[in-house]
Amino acid sequence: MNDTICAISTAGGLGAISIVRASGEDAIEIVNKIFKGKDLTNVKTHTINYGHIVDENDNVIDEVLVSVMKSPHTFTTEDVVEINTHGGIAPTNKVLELLLEKGCRLAEPGEFTKRAFLNGRIDLLEAEAVMDMIDAKTDVQRKMAINQIDGKTSGLINELRSDMVQIISNINVNIDYPEYDDVDIITNEILIPKITNLKEKTTKILKESENGKIIKEGIKTSIIGRPNVGKSSLLNALLQEDKAIVTDIAGTTRDIVEGEISINGILLHMIDTAGIRETEDKIESIGVEKSIKTMEDSDLILFMINNNEELTDDIKELLSKLKNKHYLVLINKNDLKSKFNREDLMVDEDKIINLSIINNEGIEELKNKIIELFNIDGIESKDPTYLSNARSISILKKCLKKVEEIEKSLKDNLPIDMIELDIKSIWEELGKINGSTYEEELLDEMFSRFCLGK
Amino acid sequence: MYEIIVVGGGHAGIEAARATSIKGHKTLLITANIKNIADMPCNPHIGGSAKGIVVREIDALGGIMGKVADKTHLQIKMLNKAKGPAVQSLRAQADKTTYPKEMLKELNSLENLTIKEAMVEDLIVENNKVCGVILENGEKIESKIVILTTGTYLKADILVGDTRTRQGPHGEKPSLHLSDKLKDYGFEIIRLKTGTPQRIDRKSIDFSKVKIEPGDDEYLTFSYDLEPQYKIEDQIPCHLTYTTPETHKIIMDNLNKSSMYGALDDIEGIGPRYCPSIEDKVVRFKDKERHQLFIEPESRFYDDMYLQGFSTSMPPEVQEKMVHSLPGFENAKILKYGYAIEYDAIYPTQLHASLETKIIENLYTAGQINGTSGYEEAACQGLMAGINASLKLEGKEPLVLKRNEAYIGVLIDDLITKGIRDPYRLLTSRAEFRLLLRSDNADLRLRNYGYQVGLIDEERIKKLKDKENKIDEITEWSRENKIKITKDIAKVFKENNKSIPTSTMSVESLLKRPEITIEFLEKMIEIPFNKEIKEQLEIKLKYDGYIKKAYKEAEKMLKLEKKKIPTDIDYDKIKNIASEARQKLKEVRPTTIAQAIRISGVNPADISILSVYLKKEYGKND
Repeated sequence: MNDTICAISTAGGLGAISIVRASGEDAIEIVNKIFKGKDLTNVKTHTINYGHIVDENDNVIDEVLVSVMKSPHTFTTEDVVEINTHGGIAPTNKVLELLLEKGCRLAEPGEFTKRAFLNGRIDLLEAEAVMDMIDAKTDVQRKMAINQIDGKTSGLINELRSDMVQIISNINVNIDYPEYDDVDIITNEILIPKITNLKEKTTKILKESENGKIIKEGIKTSIIGRPNVGKSSLLNALLQEDKAIVTDIAGTTRDIVEGEISINGILLHMIDTAGIRETEDKIESIGVEKSIKTMEDSDLILFMINNNEELTDDIKELLSKLKNKHYLVLINKNDLKSKFNREDLMVDEDKIINLSIINNEGIEELKNKIIELFNIDGIESKDPTYLSNARSISILKKCLKKVEEIEKSLKDNLPIDMIELDIKSIWEELGKINGSTYEEELLDEMFSRFCLGK
Repeated sequence: MYEIIVVGGGHAGIEAARATSIKGHKTLLITANIKNIADMPCNPHIGGSAKGIVVREIDALGGIMGKVADKTHLQIKMLNKAKGPAVQSLRAQADKTTYPKEMLKELNSLENLTIKEAMVEDLIVENNKVCGVILENGEKIESKIVILTTGTYLKADILVGDTRTRQGPHGEKPSLHLSDKLKDYGFEIIRLKTGTPQRIDRKSIDFSKVKIEPGDDEYLTFSYDLEPQYKIEDQIPCHLTYTTPETHKIIMDNLNKSSMYGALDDIEGIGPRYCPSIEDKVVRFKDKERHQLFIEPESRFYDDMYLQGFSTSMPPEVQEKMVHSLPGFENAKILKYGYAIEYDAIYPTQLHASLETKIIENLYTAGQINGTSGYEEAACQGLMAGINASLKLEGKEPLVLKRNEAYIGVLIDDLITKGIRDPYRLLTSRAEFRLLLRSDNADLRLRNYGYQVGLIDEERIKKLKDKENKIDEITEWSRENKIKITKDIAKVFKENNKSIPTSTMSVESLLKRPEITIEFLEKMIEIPFNKEIKEQLEIKLKYDGYIKKAYKEAEKMLKLEKKKIPTDIDYDKIKNIASEARQKLKEVRPTTIAQAIRISGVNPADISILSVYLKKEYGKND
């Protein structure tokens, strides 16, 4: 926990400057060993210092600005040093190497944030938000990450919780002050609409969170089709449209990402499309099993069919498995003669797009369909404040399940104080999302809202 | 020489002195006035929501409060009867004449107990160990253990209007120096406040204008060992009335004359959130047209009626006007005016779970001195302090009840872990395992502890074993006995608006249905067990899912309770722990990880750092 960690804090090799960051007890001392300029161990905290990074033979590696921030008012609450280099992969890597040589350990992904969290500098939700911020690749993502830090997400959850704490405190007052006839008595009849409302709100947040997931994680997209159907051409056509953000490196997911396309700010990760790397002239089966696997992993399936070929059994089998997925069937080579009946595809008419990649026809329509399918325009125009991480979403889903149990208990006419136990457990679960403590909150609510006394 | 000295003869002191005496330790109970032993200076009832369960817990452990209440009350009620079994709780209107008399009789019957009238003003302390007490006149009395149960008498001030008088309830002399001495010994002393309403002459109330609130029409007892000692028809009712717009106007017009609203400018005490004065209620809840007031008889032998809900620190002339504005009270005669009282208490995180103080060895404190409010809260602490003081003399481990075992455990853990902001009252909502802490099972939960510490005798523990066996028997019986759906049986279901089962069903599976009760089944089948046993079966089956969930949660907590924190831990050595958490941990010095989690201001991140540290430094914690 107390060793000093370092890492390149800026995205690999893209910007005009790169930042190498070190955090820990020995951060200043270690950086000082490779720095030529002021003695960093003697500078004031939160200062920027001009100088050079040199290797053991005093060769200058780069001209740099070094920020020295001393504990505790830093991101991790430890001593933090940030070295601003002149970009470029080679010198930045060299700086990192030198730090490692002098006693730093390479930080694990997210370790700075983890330290900030463990040192009590940020709460769990903020920690998650900061992680998202680091990962943010588009403006929408960045906006969402900032919102989360600002506590807007907390606000959303707090709203839900405050609805519930009112119910809970009222029931508790009914229990602890059973003879106060000027306090509303919560009955099953009163509770039913409140629970319905809770269910609706939870469902809504969950639905929006799914959108949040799309913003944060993008849409995993696969192109399925027999070899030679034009998958690569489609990929290239899509990529060419938006070269600026195309990367060739392995993505954040476990999948091999062939490229990333931004449609109205939403990332489409083009994931390993079955057979796409096979040599184009090799005519063989589509590889049904592998395709099914890929389809399962995808948020969106672009299923390509050659207009000029007959429908084979393996194609029909795969088409039948599309039903519960977001998909579009792309019929390519429309400039050639059709060799099958469209109705034999057994898919909705509005899921079919006619393409002729060679003539650059249908690409725009394809994009519009994707926007429509994921309501991307809707996402963009909204204030993206929803929960975007898996942990929060899973807590919310758990809560929704409990809400459904409560509905059943209400139907069975179980005593209200039993049902209160379920409501309270949901309230506590929700508190876990932003780490709220609750006990005093409940008592305060009870005694500020209800008039009791001796 | 006495082994144990108990200072104070209130509800805590009685239970403490009685427990140590029965356990064979020579005990001296010192009280300022024998007349005030078991006094009820405020409300005239025992029990109530959550508190009634505590009274049963006291009885299960071998304490006395429930028995004396059973013998002397004016009426008794089961609260929350329409709700689930977990929140039902008994409340009795106590007789303020016979309750203390009966209690004194009980104390006088104890072989090892001596009662002395005196005022304690200091302790004898050597090497951080208490060795006795020093009285007002300088007399020293030695003992091995001292239990302080001084109630509201530490530097007590009575506040009425613009007057502050250094005296305890009933104008009694307070202890003037003991709390300062405690401060000198290193205790953090806090100042608290509470209040009490007027007493009205019964003969001057027009009962035709108020609503009657009778006792229950079934026989009930707090104690597991007593048959009902009263007749249902002889119970004395309570009554109900309301404030009027006129009352509110009088209060608003005279607000600056109330001690709490400016008439006194030196109020330090923090009053209980749950017991606001009528001034507070009228000011804070402006929109409310009226406030409910309960009229409770104090005794069969005198005419004072307690006006619950009307606690105030207005001057007498305003109180007169206020009372006369109430329906039925137009000609009421006030026998005693309401007042507020300020007193010193010790901040309770300075106590171990045994109620021994962390600062002075062999010194125990219980009741209002620990910042609680209420007779029942005081009594149960007194009992635990008495038990644990005795166990210490006997060289045994203290009895610490866990949060899943008793409301008493919840109360003490809350006090020593969370501290207090205002006088602490037990509430159902404080018990996360309330489903396990029911009124019906206090004996099943706690009698064995009472037996182990020697307050429950063989005969009574045999009775408990019989009950446990009977519960097993009825469970078995409910599985074996089935109800066949004949035409006649189907008719019974139909007549009672219950859906008719399609095939023969066991009593067990029928009872699991929400709408089927034991009472209903008895229309069709004879169930050869008594009411108490049948009730256990019904609760067990009907709330099975909830109860299992509660046990699961309790297990999680118990696992963390097993993760002990060494007493010699140095929190300054743990790096990266948040400074607020460090300070709280140093103050409370939790004994387990579970307790550490419950401290407010200690966050999950701090707990994980603490766990990592324990693992690293002490090896065995995982």
